Amino acid sequence: MAFVQLEGLGKRYGEIDAVVATHLSVEKGEFVSLLGPSGCGKTTTLQMIAGFVEVTCGRILLDGRDITHAKPASRGLGVVFQSYALFPHMTVKDNVAFGLRMRKVPAAELQQRVTRVLKLVRLDQHAERYPRELSGGQRQRVALARALVIEPPVLLLDEPLSNLDANLREEMQFEIRRIQREVGITTLMVTHDQSEALSISDRVVVMQAGRITQIDAPYTLYEHPRTEFISGFVGKANLLPGERDSAGVVQVRSGGELTLSLRPEKIDLRERDHGRLQGKIASRFFLGSQWLYGVSTTLGDISVVRRNDGSTPLNEGTAVGLDWDATLLRVLSVDEVSA
Amino acid sequence: MSTLAAVRQGRQGYLLSAPALALYVSLLAIPLLLTLVLSFNVFDYSSGINSDAYTLSHYSSLLGDPYFYEIFLRTMWISGLTTLLCVVIGVPEAYILSRMGAPWRSIFLILILTPLLISVVVRAFGWSLLLGADGLVNQTLQAFGGSPMKLLYTPFAVVIALVHVMLPFMIIPVWTSLQKLDPAAEQAAMSLGASHFTVMRQVVLPQIMPGLLSGTLIVFGLAASSFAIPGLLGGRRLKMVATLIYDQYLSELNWPMGAAIAVALLLLNLLIMLSWNRMIEGRYKKSLG
Repeated sequence: MAFVQLEGLGKRYGEIDAVVATHLSVEKGEFVSLLGPSGCGKTTTLQMIAGFVEVTCGRILLDGRDITHAKPASRGLGVVFQSYALFPHMTVKDNVAFGLRMRKVPAAELQQRVTRVLKLVRLDQHAERYPRELSGGQRQRVALARALVIEPPVLLLDEPLSNLDANLREEMQFEIRRIQREVGITTLMVTHDQSEALSISDRVVVMQAGRITQIDAPYTLYEHPRTEFISGFVGKANLLPGERDSAGVVQVRSGGELTLSLRPEKIDLRERDHGRLQGKIASRFFLGSQWLYGVSTTLGDISVVRRNDGSTPLNEGTAVGLDWDATLLRVLSVDEVSA
Repeated sequence: MSTLAAVRQGRQGYLLSAPALALYVSLLAIPLLLTLVLSFNVFDYSSGINSDAYTLSHYSSLLGDPYFYEIFLRTMWISGLTTLLCVVIGVPEAYILSRMGAPWRSIFLILILTPLLISVVVRAFGWSLLLGADGLVNQTLQAFGGSPMKLLYTPFAVVIALVHVMLPFMIIPVWTSLQKLDPAAEQAAMSLGASHFTVMRQVVLPQIMPGLLSGTLIVFGLAASSFAIPGLLGGRRLKMVATLIYDQYLSELNWPMGAAIAVALLLLNLLIMLSWNRMIEGRYKKSLG
């Protein structure tokens, strides 16, 4: 049996279903992200697990124990909030020690555990500071330390990186993953940022309008998005019409009944009259390590990403041929829920 | 350099603040100074105030007479009790208010402010109708077989009426500091194993101390110098310092004595409020910035 198990978990607010009967199993030590646009029910799901939101239907099992209606205090889960929710009137040390004081941990052990966890998040130099004297990234790490020090069975992260600027966010992603690996703690993270979910999770759960639409490892999710919504939400995708030929192989064909997804980086640019599709470069954006071309074709505008390998980029207006490996085309199912 | 800095450095700043400054000087500083001078003037019941002669006799009789001690002591404990009751009632009320939804919050906020919208005389007579020997409270007591109690013209009546009107002055600053609280901090404390009571005591209360401090200062200051409520609900016998000053000025016509008592009240109030401020602020300034 899985370590954390959601069985038909649901939440209604009046007439609105925030979360519809959700099933999810998380294994011990796993890092799972709940990914979706705002209002998809991912935060509500996390808050139900934490115990801040009353459950309408279904059960939450933690290591076989039913905690559906337990008080937040008795669940013993570690929670990191989007706003960090540090206690502004306490020093870093006291913030971290709070959970241990509540558990009446003896002073010597408390001291030792606080020191150890502050070292883990690399804040041992700042123990006596107050939260307002820290940077955003440091506050984030205090919140993490405060949640980890009680050695919770599960760590819940609610949009932990959304208040950080881009550079710091990337750094903290890896930091969170490092700490999670080191402690080996089962982690559930809520995020609306697909790159964040892809880069640090073992599995990603895509939610949409209160339902789970796909659960997969990041690579599988990216390479095999199930629906049109997911292919556009997780990375960029070109949507092309297509059909199966007599041999059952999927081909791009205008007027085809299938919707196919083709990632921009999987398309090669050839000289005109070569390749599978002809077009003209309509726009060109420089992204540093890459060039992003917009190519207008008879099948509509197609995005193509090319590595910036030092060669001269193509100018707007250049006629080009597009080519791709047909096995990289993905057939999408029609969205069950429209976003 | 910003415009503001330029204004600060030049004479413009003084010019701009001149109207406010003139108002303060003419309406606060000068009367205070005159009162201070008056309190040293010699007074004689037959010849009145002699503004050329100075004496310390008013202050020495103030310090030597247990009658004055009693009134000062009463004023301080009544104000202290009023402040305490305002904290006990006002802080939970402000907390509940801050958790209320959209329409109810403004409705209750206005309700809380209503005592301030009613004239103090009307409000005081309202209380005397309720608390009088033949008032509603005693009528109810008697209807249930109890014996009537003396409520009006007691410290009880004064304290209850003071709390009634002072509550908004406690609730508003506390409510303001509650607005700055991150509700997630309470959730965080709960997830770390704290009970509701512990969350209140260790997370919410320390963070609203600045609001609580200003609330207690306002309430204590206003209560200690209140005049109309003790005058109307305390009666002739239960005097507080402000009513005593009034008597000295208008019944005894001993203006210098009245001025001396007023100066003493001002100094005592300042002493209590400053030490209270220092005590609380000293504890929380470092952490709350």
